[in-house]
Amino acid sequence: MAAKVARDIPEGSVVNLGIGMPTLVGAHFTRDREVLLHSENGLLGMGSPAKPGEEDLDLINASRLPVTLLPGGSYFHHADSFAMIRGGHIDICVLGAFQVSIAGDLANWSTGAPDAIPAVGGAMDLAVGAKRVFVMMEHLTKDGGSKIVERLSYPVTGLACVDRVYTDLAVVDVTPRGLVVREIVEGLALAELARVTGVSLEDGRSSG
Amino acid sequence: MIDKTVPTLADAVAGIADGSTVLVGGFATSGVPLALIDALLAQGARELTIVSNHAGNGDSGLAALLAAGRVRKIVCSFPRHKDSWVFDGLFKAGKIELELVPQGTMAERLRAAGAGIGAFYTPTAVGTDLAAGKETRVIDGRAYVLEYPLHGDVALVRADRGDRWGNLVYRKAARNFGPVMASAARRTIAQVREIVPLGALDPEAIVTPGIFVARVVQVGGEDADARPRAAA
Repeated sequence: MAAKVARDIPEGSVVNLGIGMPTLVGAHFTRDREVLLHSENGLLGMGSPAKPGEEDLDLINASRLPVTLLPGGSYFHHADSFAMIRGGHIDICVLGAFQVSIAGDLANWSTGAPDAIPAVGGAMDLAVGAKRVFVMMEHLTKDGGSKIVERLSYPVTGLACVDRVYTDLAVVDVTPRGLVVREIVEGLALAELARVTGVSLEDGRSSG
Repeated sequence: MIDKTVPTLADAVAGIADGSTVLVGGFATSGVPLALIDALLAQGARELTIVSNHAGNGDSGLAALLAAGRVRKIVCSFPRHKDSWVFDGLFKAGKIELELVPQGTMAERLRAAGAGIGAFYTPTAVGTDLAAGKETRVIDGRAYVLEYPLHGDVALVRADRGDRWGNLVYRKAARNFGPVMASAARRTIAQVREIVPLGALDPEAIVTPGIFVARVVQVGGEDADARPRAAA
């Protein structure tokens, strides 16, 4: 999944990788490509994770992990960092999710459980601010329900903000005419994908 | 002569009144003014409203201030963490009020406070629980939520170096909320690793001009960095 996301991010893009599963994408950018990673705590041009013994607690990413900065990278304060996000300067943001609706609504910040301690961080800013929002998630819940849904049952993070969903079963675009399947995992038929997903899916796979 | 440097941490936090709104810089392990937070705990101010991206980790820093019952309310974007047990316990017991704010909205509300902006419309949180009850408006076809500035009586920030005029430079990602919080409070107190002579900081590279800073206290690198920090 992470490799597919990395493959689809064009050379020269400015990308923010959300916490959780999206952080796996970074490892798939090969050295011959320049993709500029933004971290909302104030880094542009973020490099690889810090090597053991070389960690600097003043140089961490939004997931609180020690990282490095590439030559040409920069530091800035939070208002500038979120101006980059909200102001449409980030080309692609990759986020995890609990649910995505057929309209591209995103739920990824709260399960809505009454006793949960709420926390939102930059999720709502990233959802509405990036030029394109990619979601990475398992296709099905542990109970076998689809995480691609007609309407969100979890609290909303952003409305009509998701452009593409990568799951372990398929790659699906959110378009004005509905969900369009771009890829399906080998051995799975479109009809079976549509059955487990439970929403209408258009076949948009290229014949090649 | 203008001299904003103070000799001790106690001098730095002197006069912070009960009921103050205190902006506290930092993101996870970076840029947290731990020495100033400890000094505020010793100083004794109560009924505080704390504005901080996190709500304390482990048992030190903000968590210790919370545990001592000094904090009435916290304005925060990400209070929950695997070691945020002090906040979690107080929140579940109904002993602390939480205003949850998206991280970018928090930064912009602070920026607005420092810049004299009365309110602003942001696309963040439109249609979510965090916009419930707030004024919304469609501008050029896009929906926005009205948000108000977030002023502080006091800001506690951590910088790398400062001078007697209050000019500050930060270190790497420890900059985070420091500059916007410094501008948003009536009295900004900076803990720095090193106080340098006037003119030693490159004017092209000063991040927080001294106009935004009231007090500067040096907390030796060893004292600041050898202390146990919140676990990542």
